[in-house]
Amino acid sequence: MLVYTLKRLALALLVAVTVSVVSFMLIRVSGDPAIALAGEAASAEQIQHIRKQYGFNRPLWVQYLDWGWRALQGDFGESPYFRLPVSQIMGDRIGVTMTLGACALAFAVLVSLPLGIVAAVHPNTWVDRLALGIAVLGQAMPSFWFGLILIIFFSVTLRWLPVSGTGSWQHFVMPTIALGYYATPAFMRLIRSGMIEVLSSDYIRTARAKGLRWPKVLFKHALRNAIIPVVSLAAVQFGFMLGGSIIIESVFALHGIGYLAWESIGRSDLPVVQAVVLMLSLIYVVLTLLSDILNAVLDPRIRVQ
Amino acid sequence: MTASDRSTGSPAENGLGLEVVFPSPRQIMRRAMLRHKGFLLGLAVIAAVTLLTILAPVLAPHDPYAQDLERRLIPPVWQAKGTWDHPLGTDNLGRDYISRLIYGSRVSLFIGLSVMLIAGLIGTTLGLLAGYFGGRMDMFVSFLITVRLALPAVLVAVAVVSLIGGSMQVIVIVLGLLVWDRFAVVIRASTQQIRPLEYVAAAKSAGCSTFRILAQEILPNLMNNLIVVATLEVARAILLEAALSFLGMGVQPPTPSWGLMISEGKEFMLFYPYLVTIPGVALFLLLLGFNLLGDGIRDVTAPEGR
Repeated sequence: MLVYTLKRLALALLVAVTVSVVSFMLIRVSGDPAIALAGEAASAEQIQHIRKQYGFNRPLWVQYLDWGWRALQGDFGESPYFRLPVSQIMGDRIGVTMTLGACALAFAVLVSLPLGIVAAVHPNTWVDRLALGIAVLGQAMPSFWFGLILIIFFSVTLRWLPVSGTGSWQHFVMPTIALGYYATPAFMRLIRSGMIEVLSSDYIRTARAKGLRWPKVLFKHALRNAIIPVVSLAAVQFGFMLGGSIIIESVFALHGIGYLAWESIGRSDLPVVQAVVLMLSLIYVVLTLLSDILNAVLDPRIRVQ
Repeated sequence: MTASDRSTGSPAENGLGLEVVFPSPRQIMRRAMLRHKGFLLGLAVIAAVTLLTILAPVLAPHDPYAQDLERRLIPPVWQAKGTWDHPLGTDNLGRDYISRLIYGSRVSLFIGLSVMLIAGLIGTTLGLLAGYFGGRMDMFVSFLITVRLALPAVLVAVAVVSLIGGSMQVIVIVLGLLVWDRFAVVIRASTQQIRPLEYVAAAKSAGCSTFRILAQEILPNLMNNLIVVATLEVARAILLEAALSFLGMGVQPPTPSWGLMISEGKEFMLFYPYLVTIPGVALFLLLLGFNLLGDGIRDVTAPEGR
């Protein structure tokens, strides 16, 4: 178990370093980041000034080590737009994105769990077809468009919910549905196929033959085993949802880091963009690491691979 | 074993003097496809959209770029003030909405297919190498896949496109470099399944080069899986392009793109909801078509994969 954990940890560190190189290089894809930061109207003198101020005139690897070392200490530089430390701006916003991600994940699991179980218990019936239909429709629905449709229906027509903003819990209802719905099909298919496999296994037949009640067999014996892969999927999907928050947050003007990144891209606030990309990637790396270790604890077969 | 090795529709003697023709695997597959409702529906949607893109100049009643400020925001024909001159109404600049919708299908299909080709080339190559050689190569490719999955695709794409500038080529290349992961994952797994089979060992002992084994023994036998992923990946690329254009960092105005049309219509959504619903429904149907087609091919070729 220790060997497995250490191996997994080493891989996660390697991925984290690579991801940090990518986010560092990201703002340099167009060539000179000083020009991008200064804006199109800047004079040669201003560009030169910015180049010096941000240290863009140093060798690339020195810049990277310097940036990486500071980032490790939680210092992502200063945002030229806000004139504030990037870490402070991120700290103010990340709570909203995390809340949205957690709510969306909970929504996806709460919808897919009963549907997936019922579909697995009664395969090829109308319930199964309904569940499959929801999955197919969900995959094809662009989340930003679904968000706008929710606004038209719930805010404009019914006037139940606020159109956009961050003030209260009501502001999170529609973003949660729009973001969570997109992940529902993946969960439902996994739960359904996992339950079908487990329900046809010998120990379930034994449990039933012993005369155990059906709900107990279903939830205590079957679901416990079928739920293991769902843990990994939840970690991966949570990472994807945080990444997808840029779309949903800009639809609903929800002030999380996705919306922040989008606005920052529009105003060439590159240090912020860089920090958000790095932060979202690192969250994904940590989540998948934790879920792999948790999986190895739950299922000893994984450790020896 | 490929379909043609079997006695394709060859008559067999059954002892009664009657000729019995057994269906070939390919015929069985074709019949299964014709019975599969989702597959047929998906195929029909994609055929219809393909026809739209080819016949756009004939079908579009107006120039999709022509602005007419006197005819702004005319509602679609089924609403009170709609006219048959503009069946789906006009947008805030007085451009004919159905013409923009028809020309917009070109952007979606072009980007969807070209991104799929680039991503497919990268992902298939990586998957084949990882699955065939295993060991360090496999570790390296798995590492690349993990790094790719860790990066938030939409955010990276939006940032790169905004820094380089949103031309069609840039969007295609950036998305192509970002969405090869599923190709690599699926092809790697299928290659690992095929590699220990006898015909691969036979080709090896016959002295075939590694390239030949990969290209002519392994690749043809994972074609079914490749086609399924490719179909689903077209949908993902179209969705990403629409999302990018919606965020204002994709296809640039005045080019008609469905994502951009939704984004432009958003401002007027409260009073003119059709500006958002019409391109959204078109996008939804096209994505549904590719998803149904991909799921259908998977059901028919590998029913256990659902």
